[in-house]
Amino acid sequence: MELSEHLFRRESGRLVAALVRIFGVHNLALAEDVVQDAFCRALEVWRVRGIPDNPAAWLMSVAKHRALDIVRKEKTAQTFAGELSRVLESEWTLVPTIEEAFAGSTIRDEQLRMMFSCCDPRLPEEVQVALVLNILCGFGASEIANAFLTSRAAMEKRISRGKKSLASSRRLFDLADAEFGPRLSAVRRALYLLFNEGYHGASAQAAVRTDLCREAIRLTSLLLESPQTGVPETQALAALMHLQAAKLPARVDADGDLNPLVEQDRTRWDAQLVEQGLCLLDRSAAGSVISPYHVEAAIAAVHATARSVDETNWNEIVNLYDRLMAIAPSPIVALNRAIAVAQRDGPERGIDALRAISEPARLRGYPFYPAAFGELELRRGHPDAAREHFASALRLARNDAERRFLERRVRHCDELETPQPSVAYSLEDKRR
Amino acid sequence: MSQFLYLYRMTDAARQENMGTPERAQQNMQRWIAWMNDLDKKGHLKDRGQPLERTGKVIRGQQKTVTDGPFTEAKDLVGGFTLVEARDIDQAVELSRGCPVLEGGGSVEVRPVMKMDM
Repeated sequence: MELSEHLFRRESGRLVAALVRIFGVHNLALAEDVVQDAFCRALEVWRVRGIPDNPAAWLMSVAKHRALDIVRKEKTAQTFAGELSRVLESEWTLVPTIEEAFAGSTIRDEQLRMMFSCCDPRLPEEVQVALVLNILCGFGASEIANAFLTSRAAMEKRISRGKKSLASSRRLFDLADAEFGPRLSAVRRALYLLFNEGYHGASAQAAVRTDLCREAIRLTSLLLESPQTGVPETQALAALMHLQAAKLPARVDADGDLNPLVEQDRTRWDAQLVEQGLCLLDRSAAGSVISPYHVEAAIAAVHATARSVDETNWNEIVNLYDRLMAIAPSPIVALNRAIAVAQRDGPERGIDALRAISEPARLRGYPFYPAAFGELELRRGHPDAAREHFASALRLARNDAERRFLERRVRHCDELETPQPSVAYSLEDKRR
Repeated sequence: MSQFLYLYRMTDAARQENMGTPERAQQNMQRWIAWMNDLDKKGHLKDRGQPLERTGKVIRGQQKTVTDGPFTEAKDLVGGFTLVEARDIDQAVELSRGCPVLEGGGSVEVRPVMKMDM
């Protein structure tokens, strides 16, 4: 019997959710201890007797017994979940209550509530995301630190700060709360950031990136399961994630090297994810709100359904970016818009659009801002200017993957000794 | 072939660290299963042993005083044991080098089972 991949990580979030249901969120640390204890027992027993047929059920049963033990021993000394205090007191109701806490539907609901509690707007967004990864996805502090290129100590501090705030609340967020609407937005935002960390983020390891994207999709899918949280804006977010994740196999290779869109082998895009993304995007087109997620998903859909860069409807993409600028302006959106303009109208227009970005100071540390100038200079046959831009971009590289990618671009400029338009990158001319 | 007992020892702190996150628990488990299976495949595994609880009782001396575990005086608790078969102690030691308890900062005590053929 093989150990299934990420078994412990997957079960960790589920077990913590069930145990918090019983012990109360103020006893989050106790819930985590019980889960860790179950893992230790699993190691000691499984290595001798082999992996059980249903490892998840085995772990759950150990956690359940331990929870029962703890409540029996300490119910007079401790207060557990306020919502359950009465039923935990009597031996008659104790066992069925604990059984119920571990039922699939309860675990799903509790994970949702936990997600809402983690995304408390009083906590900085990076703390929210770290909490979600730690509690709901079972990532350890060092793994999260690795993904976000921070130190383990800093990440531990961030997580413990968040947990302290969580544990100080009397109960998990109630989805009937008046704050539900704004909190749902915060949850979506945190999941969006989590996904982007995987997609664009700092970690150079392809596996880390895929994991983060996969977890963001899993939690967003959890939101979709309930009608209250699975509203059109959530569907749009899910559509965006599916359409972007479809490109991951072609976007980052096994060494963590980045492949830009033009170089990606589109046959390696995940057709099933594209299909699901388009279907979600279709469903999201209900109601009156067009959120930034809708527009971003629509842009991703145009890319995902184009057979090549040449056959991409760049006019549609520019229009969508205009729309995005109207509802959620940012220098990054403006930068992407400029690149689309270059594809549609040629590199000169693209450079104009890049120069017209307001607040360029906010892009000062972003390597792909000078890199965009570099690409466009290259396309209009100015490899010398391009080289300088790529060299500036290289100085801003945030990880090895970016560094290697930008070094490749610098080398490419060096190889073009005499000024001539780059072949691989002069794609827009046909549309002029 | 002779028989040898492997006793696995580890401090509580090291055990916590090794199993501290789900991913570490996963890797640790994978290493143990791979190692055990390898011993088995090569015909060295005589008895996989039994898992031991971390708590218990200690009975000591003529007074037969009984104390509760955890056994605070022992830094490295015995977490389990396995019976293996090997040519000699050198081979038994060699085989134990792959044991995952070592990666986690623990130890393997290799004890020959006394031979009764005199």
